Amino acid sequence: MISLRDLKVDLGEFVLQDINLDVKAGEYFILLGPTGAGKTVLLEAIAGLHPLLEGNIFIDGKEITRLKPEKRGVGIVYQDQMLFPHMSVEKNIVFGLKATRCPKNEVNPRIADVTELLKIPHLLHREPRTLSGGEKQKAALARALVTRPTVLLLDEPLSALDPNTRERMQHELAELHRRLKITIIHVTHDFEEAEALGDRVAVLNEGSIAQVGSPRDVMRRPSSSFVADFALTRNVFAGQAKQAENGQVSVNIDGIELMVTTDARGPVHLALRPEDILLSLEPLRSTARNAFQGTITRVLDKGSVLYVTVSVPPDFVCLVTRQAQEELNLREGVRVWITFKASAIHVF
Amino acid sequence: MHRVRSWVRPDALSFVFLFLALIMLVFILTPIIKTCVSSSPGTLWDTLLEEDVYLSIMVTAWAGLIATFCGLLFGVPLAYLLARHNFRGKRLLESLIDVPIVIPHSAAGIALLFVFGRQQIFGQFFDDIDIRFVDTLAGVVIAMMFVSVPFLIDSARDGFKSVDVRLEKVARTLGASPWRTFLRVSLPLAWRNILSGSIMMWARAISEFGAVIILAYHIPFLGGHPMAAPVLVYYRFNNFGLDAARPVAVLVILISLIAFVVLRTLTTREQKT
Repeated sequence: MISLRDLKVDLGEFVLQDINLDVKAGEYFILLGPTGAGKTVLLEAIAGLHPLLEGNIFIDGKEITRLKPEKRGVGIVYQDQMLFPHMSVEKNIVFGLKATRCPKNEVNPRIADVTELLKIPHLLHREPRTLSGGEKQKAALARALVTRPTVLLLDEPLSALDPNTRERMQHELAELHRRLKITIIHVTHDFEEAEALGDRVAVLNEGSIAQVGSPRDVMRRPSSSFVADFALTRNVFAGQAKQAENGQVSVNIDGIELMVTTDARGPVHLALRPEDILLSLEPLRSTARNAFQGTITRVLDKGSVLYVTVSVPPDFVCLVTRQAQEELNLREGVRVWITFKASAIHVF
Repeated sequence: MHRVRSWVRPDALSFVFLFLALIMLVFILTPIIKTCVSSSPGTLWDTLLEEDVYLSIMVTAWAGLIATFCGLLFGVPLAYLLARHNFRGKRLLESLIDVPIVIPHSAAGIALLFVFGRQQIFGQFFDDIDIRFVDTLAGVVIAMMFVSVPFLIDSARDGFKSVDVRLEKVARTLGASPWRTFLRVSLPLAWRNILSGSIMMWARAISEFGAVIILAYHIPFLGGHPMAAPVLVYYRFNNFGLDAARPVAVLVILISLIAFVVLRTLTTREQKT
């Protein structure tokens, strides 16, 4: 377990403060926040790479606040991987073993273990600059994991990847966590990632923690409009994908059936962008496969646009223009229809 | 013949710039080439065999080498600190480090004499361990180092700056001590800059005249008393005229040229990777 007590970190522009967190052993913990919220610095502070102004850090009850980074047993993987460019993938992975004076007869088995785990034995003799983004990410993970850290810190590990690779890498991370049961602290600005991977999430805003909880809790019961804004900008659902009678695929979420376009079966996540949902007072005649009636439970004013929460249930967040809101007189309590295409739903 | 690319009519600017650029090239290249071809290889060889000359070239190259090694030992740590830390007055300090490049080198020599002279602050200290700086190899070394080490420091600093600090951070989390991190990560990655800075420093050191002549005219070296090569060129010209100075000048130019070609090869190779 990692405990952060009253951390205060100087970020130059502002100060990260009152950081109190308990990350349980084996937990996949997400630090969520906008760019510049101090997420990376917080990771570096945990790793001993950034000085603290105040506060204490404990790992498994042992205080490590003043311990050197090389003695903490904390691994870090940066967004742009930071593979040593002058070394092959193998030398990158061996680096930590040599630095920690790993017995010679253990070196090769440990490299074999970690590269098989990440399915990258074929990359060992490649130079970092010849690798794709996903391959670099795996090499960097292997380099961190081979030293058997008690905590793995991931700094935006998926952000620099293209969408396809990102999706695969997200699965790999989930799988890795399931198999190794290692404590992971993962920094991101993407709520979808938090929802898909995190056991719990802490939302960071302007230098302090706004809310801690399971991704679902945070999304359902945001503690502030900032958190709501961050978590509700996307409709994320979990459900079971199955073959429907009409040859299409449906996903049951909280009792309603959504038509989706996917090859996936079984447990999936769905994401629907608020701007892809049409709002109307009467049912629409259209080719869109999904139409439900619900009640407006919340209207969040963002100036020229508004986020309207429609409870079917579940809750859907829809983006409408001010003009539309005025024309349809969309207020809390109004019964409306929401309509969206099957292809608008992101399945992951 | 097939026309490979269509011919675009050059504009007025291209003509004017080409004309001005040619004048500059002629100005730079003519003296170098004319001097180099003016002495026959035989004359050059005979000149090289003169004791005054070969000892002079050797002592100059050797002193330049020692200066460069001292520059590496003390300059690289300075460069690393400058690349990795921010503090008040850093800009000023960086400008001060470059001052030896911009001041007249005879003045630099006087400034050095003012602290390394036997009665002076550093001079007294080194006198106790039997190192003196007037008319000695040590004098040539400090004169060369003073005026040329900024090239090494600047180049090494830029090299370390180009190494992402997060590479060092990762190395630390992998269990490497600060020393190991420096030796295995930062230094190898900044090495090309340090190497090209060293070559630049050495080339600049062996061509130093002003500061060297103030500190050391005759240098006791391998049983003889040669002068530093640039000083020898001046001495021959002053005492025996243009024709006597020329072969020595050619040799000095050729050696500097070789050093520069090596430097350019290294920096272009750096760009490819």
